[in-house]
Amino acid sequence: MEIQSYITSLDSLDGELATLNLGPTHPATHGIFQNVLKMNGERIVSAEPTIGYIHRAFEKLAEHRPYNQITPITDRLNYCSSPINNIGWHMTVEKLAGIEVPKRAQYMRVIIMELARIADHLICNSVIGVDTGALTGFTYMFQERERIYEMYEEVCGTRLTTNIGRIGGMERDFTPAFHHKLRDFLKTFPNRFEEFNSMLERNRIFMDRTIGAGPISAERALSYGFTGPNLRACGVDYDVRVMEPYSSYEDFDFIIPVGVQGDTYDRFMVRQEEVRQSLRIVQQAYENLPEGPYHADVPDYYLPDKPDVYTKMEALIYHFKVVMGEVPIPQGEVYHAVEGANGELGFYLISDGGRQPYRLHFRRPCFIYYQAYPEMIRGSMLSDAILTMSSLNVIAGELDA
Amino acid sequence: MNPEHILARIEERNPGVLESHHIAYDGMLTLITPRQRAWELLKFLRDDEVLNFHFLTTLCGIHYPDDQGRELCVMYQLHNWPKKVRLRVKTFLPIEEPHIATVTDLWATANWMERETYDFFGVVFDGHPNLKRILNVEDLEVFPLRKEYRLEDGTRTDKDDRFFGRTGNEGRRFD
Repeated sequence: MEIQSYITSLDSLDGELATLNLGPTHPATHGIFQNVLKMNGERIVSAEPTIGYIHRAFEKLAEHRPYNQITPITDRLNYCSSPINNIGWHMTVEKLAGIEVPKRAQYMRVIIMELARIADHLICNSVIGVDTGALTGFTYMFQERERIYEMYEEVCGTRLTTNIGRIGGMERDFTPAFHHKLRDFLKTFPNRFEEFNSMLERNRIFMDRTIGAGPISAERALSYGFTGPNLRACGVDYDVRVMEPYSSYEDFDFIIPVGVQGDTYDRFMVRQEEVRQSLRIVQQAYENLPEGPYHADVPDYYLPDKPDVYTKMEALIYHFKVVMGEVPIPQGEVYHAVEGANGELGFYLISDGGRQPYRLHFRRPCFIYYQAYPEMIRGSMLSDAILTMSSLNVIAGELDA
Repeated sequence: MNPEHILARIEERNPGVLESHHIAYDGMLTLITPRQRAWELLKFLRDDEVLNFHFLTTLCGIHYPDDQGRELCVMYQLHNWPKKVRLRVKTFLPIEEPHIATVTDLWATANWMERETYDFFGVVFDGHPNLKRILNVEDLEVFPLRKEYRLEDGTRTDKDDRFFGRTGNEGRRFD
């Protein structure tokens, strides 16, 4: 209340307010975001975000690409956790085409997606540390992220824009090197992560900076369409993995951490706990990894083995058809959602039976919750606004599509 | 809560608000409503204590250039979290006069979603507090996700997309 009346009194003194351009390129915003702030000293009176600086017309591009060529587009949404986007897209097409993926492939996907969630949360939380002045944790956590990227490399050959998996399953089975790296990671990561945690969790300076910074109530968060860790920090336990389990998430035992106040500290704490829970899921999925094929038997969608393409007529024909996008696809509308690192990542796909989607709409959690930012920072200090933005984990690629 | 219950409840409280309804390919109930009553239906779905579709998951435009008088479609997707039911509401608008009432007064999240739909399809949301382009540059003169706009420069001759089936979505089937 006090802040509200303070702002109202300021608005009447409009002539004395300073206008400050935060961005478009500013080292503290970790991406290209512009905010035109009206400042009274160091207090923010109002903010007007401008977005779209890296808009690449993904929805238009998707209308001109065969289904398998859309996967690399999804890489570039939330590029801190590309595998979740890739696999979410594969599952959308599988839902449309009616493909049942073998259990082993589902567990493999769970392992990859949870590693991606860990990598994403590590970046977000260590950057919150950086923005409060603690660079050290960040440098250590980036080494852990590097190990996750090395595991991606074993599964798909790339690191950042992964294009991981295929429609119908995974592109290849886990390699011996992957098994080795994952076992090593499961053994050594928890301790290193707890070291990082102990640097910040009860750190007086960190707590003073983050508690009460950029809060939002559960009611406002729901109205603003929040999902994911940012919503759970307000105390609402919505998680797509539990609400509508996909890829066998119902087989695993994990909890959904929630916060209370919905401020920067709660968002940090929710992500910290989610890293531990993701690790539990990875452990369970890896220990119970079923035997069997790593992809469904769907020659219409899944590329044949390369040696077969060179020696067998049938394989050559299917290879050609898949690469050229000449695959049978039903007509219909499909919505599929996965729990992305930042919330409900949805794919709304309309197929008219043609080789490319008639319409593909991405429900991008960043785009949806970033509009609450001006409301969350009104009346706060500029330095808190920076922290609030990093704790929301706004990823420019996902924001601008 | 199955589709029959939802339809019966809407018919009981808001008779005549639905133009038609169907179950989509993915099993989701889809309600079609005239644009004059879309706001009323969405408000009812949100506030009704039985239906309780409290969460606006997403909102987007779709362009059907061949459907005369109903070229533009606005799709709202709602979600009832406690009952785990999703639902779509669609409304169709003529392209010459693409006006519809805003739902920003029902959900704060509709603000940017509607701006995005305006930006790409030119749907005008009457009553929107700040309806301007959001992802494209402000002086763009077209609504780029409409089907008549090609992805690449149409005058190029070095790429002949006819051989690769990229001339449009003609609805070819392969079976």
